[in-house]
Amino acid sequence: MVKRRKGVKKSLIAVFFAIVIGFGALIAWNALDQAEDISLGLDLQGGFEVLYEVTPVNGEDTEINRELLSDTVSALNARIDVLGVSEPSITIEGDDRVRVQLAGIEDQASARELLSTQARLSFRDINDELMMDGSDLVEGGARQNFTADTNEPVVQVTVEDANKFREITQDISNRPLGENLLVIWLDYEEGDSYATESMKPEEESKIISAPRVRKTIPSRDVEISGNFTVQSANELAGILNAGALPVELEEIDSTSVGASLGERAMEQAINAGIVGIALIFAYMLFYYRFMGGIAVLTLTAYIYVVLVIFNWLNAVLTLPGIAALILGVGMAVDANIITYERIKEELRSGKSAISAFKAGSRRSLSTILDANITTIIAASVMYVYGTSAVQGFAVMLIVSILTSFLTAVFGSRLLLGLWVNSRILNKKPRLFGVKERDINEL
Amino acid sequence: MNFEHEESKLDFVKHRKKFFLISGIFLLGGIILLATLGLNLGIDFRAGTTMDVLANETITTEEIQSHFEDAGYEPEDIRLAGEDSTTARAKFVGGLTQKETLELQGFFEDIYGNTPSVSTVTPMVGEELARNAIISVLIASVGIILYITVRFQFLYGLSAIIALFHDALFILVVFSMTQMEVNIPFIAAVLTIVGYSINDTIVTFDRIRENMSLEKRVKDFDDLARIVNKSLIQTLARSINTVLTVVFAAAALFVLGGEGLRTFSFALVVGLVAGTYSSLFIAAQVWLVLKSKQLKKQKQKKMELEPEG
Repeated sequence: MVKRRKGVKKSLIAVFFAIVIGFGALIAWNALDQAEDISLGLDLQGGFEVLYEVTPVNGEDTEINRELLSDTVSALNARIDVLGVSEPSITIEGDDRVRVQLAGIEDQASARELLSTQARLSFRDINDELMMDGSDLVEGGARQNFTADTNEPVVQVTVEDANKFREITQDISNRPLGENLLVIWLDYEEGDSYATESMKPEEESKIISAPRVRKTIPSRDVEISGNFTVQSANELAGILNAGALPVELEEIDSTSVGASLGERAMEQAINAGIVGIALIFAYMLFYYRFMGGIAVLTLTAYIYVVLVIFNWLNAVLTLPGIAALILGVGMAVDANIITYERIKEELRSGKSAISAFKAGSRRSLSTILDANITTIIAASVMYVYGTSAVQGFAVMLIVSILTSFLTAVFGSRLLLGLWVNSRILNKKPRLFGVKERDINEL
Repeated sequence: MNFEHEESKLDFVKHRKKFFLISGIFLLGGIILLATLGLNLGIDFRAGTTMDVLANETITTEEIQSHFEDAGYEPEDIRLAGEDSTTARAKFVGGLTQKETLELQGFFEDIYGNTPSVSTVTPMVGEELARNAIISVLIASVGIILYITVRFQFLYGLSAIIALFHDALFILVVFSMTQMEVNIPFIAAVLTIVGYSINDTIVTFDRIRENMSLEKRVKDFDDLARIVNKSLIQTLARSINTVLTVVFAAAALFVLGGEGLRTFSFALVVGLVAGTYSSLFIAAQVWLVLKSKQLKKQKQKKMELEPEG
């Protein structure tokens, strides 16, 4: 039996097209969904990020420890719930810092005020003498309500001890007219006084309301009226239920991005990415001819796989992340280039297409491995020591390198291997970008 | 572009002293520049606030200045950006308080319909960032030297790190010369360059290592020089093509990527070019010099031993 040894195996080429069409269909069907699922960082969709330094509340000698920080984080979380933000991120950084990231929030102004208020409620007489405070209220008992007669929004709280409240109201109601006020403070600090604070305009004043107490109140329910809207009454009730912050928060670093600016930044970065990637594709096709075509296919697969992995990790795409993605294309291209240059070299030394492909793939692997591992070392260090933006970049870089290894090394090898092993490329060095006259005779 | 070493008349090794000299003079001048002029540290490294105001039409600095004055603020600096100058970036040294920030954001939203982006930093945070970046580079260097020493030899690792610091310093010097603003993305760019520079150097070293093992005897400087030259020419096409493709991506980011990525992509382009230059003309040549010294020492030891034995 004599087999046609130089025959072309068409079946392998059919397999190639099956893989390419299959994967192409997957990308066409799923890529947009994947892209839509990616959660965008606040630099791309607008929002704000504040780094707070946590200090003990004025005059108190508490130490800032891990437990206290966690308490602060849960109090902040409860408050953000009131705001209804979809994906808040609150993290502890270092020994005494908390970073809050709220992406896609519309009313940044009230959100920031809401977060940094300590929510320490106190009830004082007009001489600023403390009558009772937040700890005298029933936990979780605050809610928004309406006054019976005027239908104005109010906040209703319940006190723990009816006797104590009766005594307080008795005391105050017996004072002369004009002094019989129970002043309700939010975040009273040493040095604040009713005299000065009550002169300030309503929005700036720390006094929520100062109801006149005309008679002893023998009940546990207290109504706080102020100049509330339904929303602001709800917010205050939410804050009170979330509990007072055990600490003071000071903004030491803040970034806020307007939604339209974020959108524009993303548009620009994506446009730049498309142009950059198109240039890379064109160059690869021009320089490596047939192999360049394979590179374009594997690079397309690479971009898709990075998106899928990125979604799967629940990572947040930021502006530096987009940059890393585009640079990752460069890394993936490099793996292709190293392999192709090797194959060209082997072809020039006179080897056949099949053995040049085998030798080239094998020899380039250790080079690619060493080069990529060193870059991963650098990216890991960036992840460990960087802050949020740099970390996002590092995660993307590592994902990119690992993916590029998968697509540019194995994907490229598989696809090119099918063509080379089908023998259709035998004696066609020009398709590899090698001129006949450069080939050494063996 | 085919670079066959037999035909090619390129000789990288012959001119190595010139390259050392050029890099030496450039970096020395650069260090003086860094020490005197310094870097244009962005708001990320100083106490202050930057505010980006996006308008829907072309604006002028005077216009924005007068808006700020109406609101009762005086920015230290206002610059226009964007294709049609639709964005203005105002800086406030010392920083704005939360309340001032919110007030200004509301103010400009009323005028242009877009909420400005605001970033406020205290110097403490900026210093920490810079310190962390330096620590990262040092730790990464140690990690890379260790890895290369295991996979190659110590001398390769040492030469690679010399080239690495050459590249990192190079970017700093260029930024000092151009007085472009140094911000957080810049640090990310320097760290990326660290990765690329190493990547590039490793590819050439990998070839040198391979060619060394193919040679039967490597006795003196000339043998080494021949190997280094051959390896550089063999990897030249790869070096050029890789840097070209990545420069395509970085340049596209620079031109089209918008303000946010400009510093980052500029640093990348500069670093990539420096990285390729240093792999070819610094890393391999430094290794050549170090290795030939090592060979000489070994020879001398042998000579000293031989008369006795």
